[in-house]
Amino acid sequence: MTAEAQKAAEEAQEKATVSPEAEAPKPVNVGKIKTILAANEGARMRMWLSICSRCGLCADSCFFYLANDKDPKLSPAYKAINTIGKMYKAKGEVSREFLEECKEVVWGQCTACRRCSMYCPFGIDIATMIATGRAVCYSQGIVPDGLARTTENIRTTGNQMAMATEDWIETCDWMAEEYGEEVHGLEIPIDKQGADYMYTVNPREPMYYPQDVGMAAEIFHIAGLNWTMPSTGWDSTNLAMFAGDRAVATIPVKAMYDKALELGVKAIVITECGHAFRSAKFEGPYWVGIPGGEPPVPVIHSVELFRDIMREGKIKLKHKFEHKVTYQDPCNVSRNGGLWDIGRELVNLLCDDFVDMTPNREHNHCCGGGGGFIPMGPPYKRRRMASGKIKAEQIRATGATHVIVPCHNCFDQINDLNKEYDLKVKVVSFKEIITEIMEIPESMIPPEEDEQEAVLAEEEAKREVEEGAMEEAGEVQES
Amino acid sequence: MAMDKLYEFLTGPALWIAVIIFVGGLAIRVAWLFGLSQERDKPWHDFKSAVWAWRSIIHWVLPWASVSSRNQPGFTGAVWVFHICWIGVPLFLGAHNMLFEQAWGWSLPSLPDAVADWASMVVIACGVFFLVRRLARPEVRILTSAWDYTLVLLALAPFVTGWLAFNQYGPYGLMLNLHIFLSEVLLIVLPFSKLAHMVLFFASRSAIGYEFGTRRGARVW
Repeated sequence: MTAEAQKAAEEAQEKATVSPEAEAPKPVNVGKIKTILAANEGARMRMWLSICSRCGLCADSCFFYLANDKDPKLSPAYKAINTIGKMYKAKGEVSREFLEECKEVVWGQCTACRRCSMYCPFGIDIATMIATGRAVCYSQGIVPDGLARTTENIRTTGNQMAMATEDWIETCDWMAEEYGEEVHGLEIPIDKQGADYMYTVNPREPMYYPQDVGMAAEIFHIAGLNWTMPSTGWDSTNLAMFAGDRAVATIPVKAMYDKALELGVKAIVITECGHAFRSAKFEGPYWVGIPGGEPPVPVIHSVELFRDIMREGKIKLKHKFEHKVTYQDPCNVSRNGGLWDIGRELVNLLCDDFVDMTPNREHNHCCGGGGGFIPMGPPYKRRRMASGKIKAEQIRATGATHVIVPCHNCFDQINDLNKEYDLKVKVVSFKEIITEIMEIPESMIPPEEDEQEAVLAEEEAKREVEEGAMEEAGEVQES
Repeated sequence: MAMDKLYEFLTGPALWIAVIIFVGGLAIRVAWLFGLSQERDKPWHDFKSAVWAWRSIIHWVLPWASVSSRNQPGFTGAVWVFHICWIGVPLFLGAHNMLFEQAWGWSLPSLPDAVADWASMVVIACGVFFLVRRLARPEVRILTSAWDYTLVLLALAPFVTGWLAFNQYGPYGLMLNLHIFLSEVLLIVLPFSKLAHMVLFFASRSAIGYEFGTRRGARVW
């Protein structure tokens, strides 16, 4: 299919899915809306709704606005006032048609990246207001299909891709075997009691990119960490958070906390994923109802753990990464996670030729794939590509050949932008870079095949001896 | 004569009512919001920090101390000068301080009249600039309602009338009474409108400071 044909097909699909359905409109449950509005109508929401001075400074902070010819209807204040603002004004007495319009704004024109919250002179948390708008729409079944599906998956299976526990464990075993061929003695311990770190992933890793699981295991094994994968609570992502379903959003977080407490780990490690970090570290404690708002076990992002590993010299490098790199600050790692300096420290520990995007750090623009946009799928792809123009231009201006991206949503989005805008870059995670340039210690270099056979034979012999001993012991017991 | 009677009323009972509503309204609103926050804004209280509140406030009280404010440097400068003059002129005006002296036997230091005169013109000029900006910039115009224009005009009205009265342009008695009347209207409206940002600015900025700073170690400026 040519690019144009593909574009046309996508547009047609977008129209087909986005336009309101022809069936008779369902009534709106106003009581439910009122309850959600009341629960969120705290002192902050009241202040935000009343003191906005309509100065318009938030407009320039928003990449949707900037990428779409500064359409004033895409300014954050306009979006908030005309969705959640109107809901409060109408005291929840709103129509389904209105909520359908809101859906296109709160999901289709906002990634909840919170750049506007930072650019407002009054500190009005516009993204949080939009999130409340999402919760209201969701309560009436008005939500992009992609997010509805993933939320249902979480509700029924505990993870967003409905992966069975056996399949997850099998994937870990498979990766342990596969990567054990590169790093001798590599294991992926499951539910190891008393491990220091419990590593949690994004289900797309075991589903589509199992090498991510393998690479993480390689890094942790070589660094000599005492770590484990959990058999439950392993999905740290939380698309229910972006769908606006707080009850379902609680499920994976609670499972993760419970498992971490059960295993007595020192920290929960989040894979290279932005929103998972936000959910586990910041929002989760409130959903689960932990007084004080801190998770029961410290939550750290991969970027932090990798930085510590490299800084402490637990992994030696063959050489530094040789290409010109730039670094994508995921909103939920940098602006909403405070880790922009740690990310840069890690980049500099691994790479010699690093050039920053402009703007960067907490001021970096969202890639355009956050806030649930990627799982919202094809119906929203055209506008995702259009609003991603800002990110594409930022990347192109660096002249880098590689973009390091510690977030799955950014990863997919920048890969798509790479094709759309012909950026000619390679999108990589920290795991990929570390495993590419790290030195495998001599003791972990797998023996040659002959040797391997010898080792295997030796192990076999040992096992036989042990089994024999056990049998004897059994006989003794029986007698 | 009618003007004198009106003046007496405006500087007597009307002033009392305006000041009580202004102070009481703001106090009650703040107290009520504070009470509500304890019930519904848990993160606010869980992550309170004087340091982050201060950092969040100071970077937005000083001009050009935040990236966002540097994006529109002219507007930021105008906003800053406007606020200083808007608060400073009524408090340190010689004529006002004479009235304070008469009423309570004490007063604040007075600005030279010429400075106050210029500062009033600065307030008016900035206000006109804000109105023009509201109309000229599409992203601001689309957000602006009739009430928003009214509030800008209301915030300027005491300065326009005060300046006219001081310079004896137009009928003095009428201008003076209009000046006092519009100031009192402003005082009465302020606690219940977005102009309450006079105090709520500090609460709102503290809240975002806690949210990003204490909770996430991230800056908001």
